[in-house]
Amino acid sequence: MAKLVFKRPKTLKQVISHYCPGCGHGIIHRLIAEVIEDLDIGEKTIGVPPAGCAVLAYNYIDVDMAEAAHGRATAVATGIKRILPDRIVFAYQGDGDMAAIGTAETIHAANRGENITCIFVNNGVYGMTGGQMAPTTILGQLSTTTPGGRDMARDGGPLDLSEMLALTSGSVYIERTAVNSPKNVRRTKKAIAKAFKSQMANRGFSLVEILSPCPTNWKMSPVDSHRWIDKVAASVFPLRVIKDKTEES
Amino acid sequence: MSEKVLMRGTHVVAEAAVRAGCRFYAGYPITPQNELPEYMSDAMARLEDGTFIQAESELAAINMVIGASIAGARAMTSSSSPGISLKQEGFSFLAAQELPAVIVNIMRGSPGLGNIAPSQGDYFQATRGGGHGDYRSIVLAPASGQEMADLTRKAFDYADRYRIPVMILADGMMGQMMEPVLLPESIDPRKLPPKPWILNGAKGRPSRVIKSLLLDPSVEEAHNWKLVRKHEMIGREISDAETDLMDDARIAVIAYGTAARIAKGAIKRVRETGLKVGLLRPVTLWPFPEKVFRGLDESVENFLVFEMSTGQMLEDVKLSLAGRGEVHFYGRPGGPIPTPDEVAKVISRLYHRQKL
Repeated sequence: MAKLVFKRPKTLKQVISHYCPGCGHGIIHRLIAEVIEDLDIGEKTIGVPPAGCAVLAYNYIDVDMAEAAHGRATAVATGIKRILPDRIVFAYQGDGDMAAIGTAETIHAANRGENITCIFVNNGVYGMTGGQMAPTTILGQLSTTTPGGRDMARDGGPLDLSEMLALTSGSVYIERTAVNSPKNVRRTKKAIAKAFKSQMANRGFSLVEILSPCPTNWKMSPVDSHRWIDKVAASVFPLRVIKDKTEES
Repeated sequence: MSEKVLMRGTHVVAEAAVRAGCRFYAGYPITPQNELPEYMSDAMARLEDGTFIQAESELAAINMVIGASIAGARAMTSSSSPGISLKQEGFSFLAAQELPAVIVNIMRGSPGLGNIAPSQGDYFQATRGGGHGDYRSIVLAPASGQEMADLTRKAFDYADRYRIPVMILADGMMGQMMEPVLLPESIDPRKLPPKPWILNGAKGRPSRVIKSLLLDPSVEEAHNWKLVRKHEMIGREISDAETDLMDDARIAVIAYGTAARIAKGAIKRVRETGLKVGLLRPVTLWPFPEKVFRGLDESVENFLVFEMSTGQMLEDVKLSLAGRGEVHFYGRPGGPIPTPDEVAKVISRLYHRQKL
């Protein structure tokens, strides 16, 4: 008899994806749904999706969700978590949302040690608005607002938000992963699970930054996008545990 | 238990909020309202279930309030004019997502940084919703310490009843002035009616989404009309104004908040000289108490709008009177506090000029 090796987590709704072919959001949504199911926290998890492509995360992940204004997800998550400290609260944000318009909210939520988890999807562009330069666009990368490539003198360099957040006293766990290979997808799931468990143990602020492909706006094939993450993006944003104080009391 | 105390206005609002069951406050320092967050920081710490957060910005503060409201708490933030501008994005989201929240604006001299003196320059901003989009917020204008308490209680009740942001629109004078106040009895927030729409984890029920992204224009249109129907109901149910000495009045002075207090002193003075002048004081600035204007005796043909601004409520008065009588205006924008004597002279001159 055939052995069941893979199934849709029940926290993931059975719907058709609106994401572009090769987009990383769908994988990340599934990983979150799997972790929620593995930890059996579907009835006590509240998510805050961002303004951006992933605003529709609630169409896929079957838990309570509240939209936040662009950049404000960690502030909204803070309010929810402070009122309901025994629920699991996560913010799901892109790089423009978290590292540009929401930098202040993110840094101060981390610094206060808010016991929330951030899923920080870094694809190096503003996806929904059509591929403009993001704070995480790397030098030389083409975008609709850097037609000659991102230029240090004109645009500044890519922002290492996760490394900055690691400096705050309230952050306990920060890891950067990617979803461009089976191995990296598995590592990402482990990191998400660790972040949620850290929150369940009331440790403080946790964040998983995920390098994610955006073939549409990178104007590459999905396969080339995956290679580009390994060859280029991960050299600027190295995949690693940036901070881990989850074992400390 | 009710008790009578001598308190400054900002403290009255804070204590009345606590007694109304407010358990979440987030704010950012700005003069002249700092005593309010300071009071809340202490009051929330004394409560087992109270949360106070000094936010990193006004934007963060209003969004924390949004989060607390989503989770079911009675939540409040406060600020003063420039800080309120920063919160406006959040007002629009509160309105769109039909979330209750109470916002206190202790207005100061503006535009720009302006100064920290009392002003009424934010009337348009407050009564036209406050942020982007087609909506309104309830706006309450206290004119005494007692009303700072009573309208704070009402603000929380209205916010929950109609699922709408409610602003208490006062100014530096109302905020700093100390008056004897009978504080209302405390409500246990756990005994308030349950809110069947909040997010608290989908335990034993389908998951819920609180959102304002309505990509289908026909759905957004339907949502806008739904808000309008709610606004109309609010207009019927809560619009409120005080009238004073209007029975024989030939001039009605129209003023709210601090300006109304000054106007009362001015009217007392001109009455002593035999002039027949009364006061119409809107308590709800939105919904504007149009009915009270339409119910005024036909013999009143002169209206003097007095504001500590260049004339903002003036437009609502004209709309409410719909061409009836003559509408005059006296204003002092930017922070100076007019005296009752000064306003009495304005009324007196008008009275004689109109040959009343």
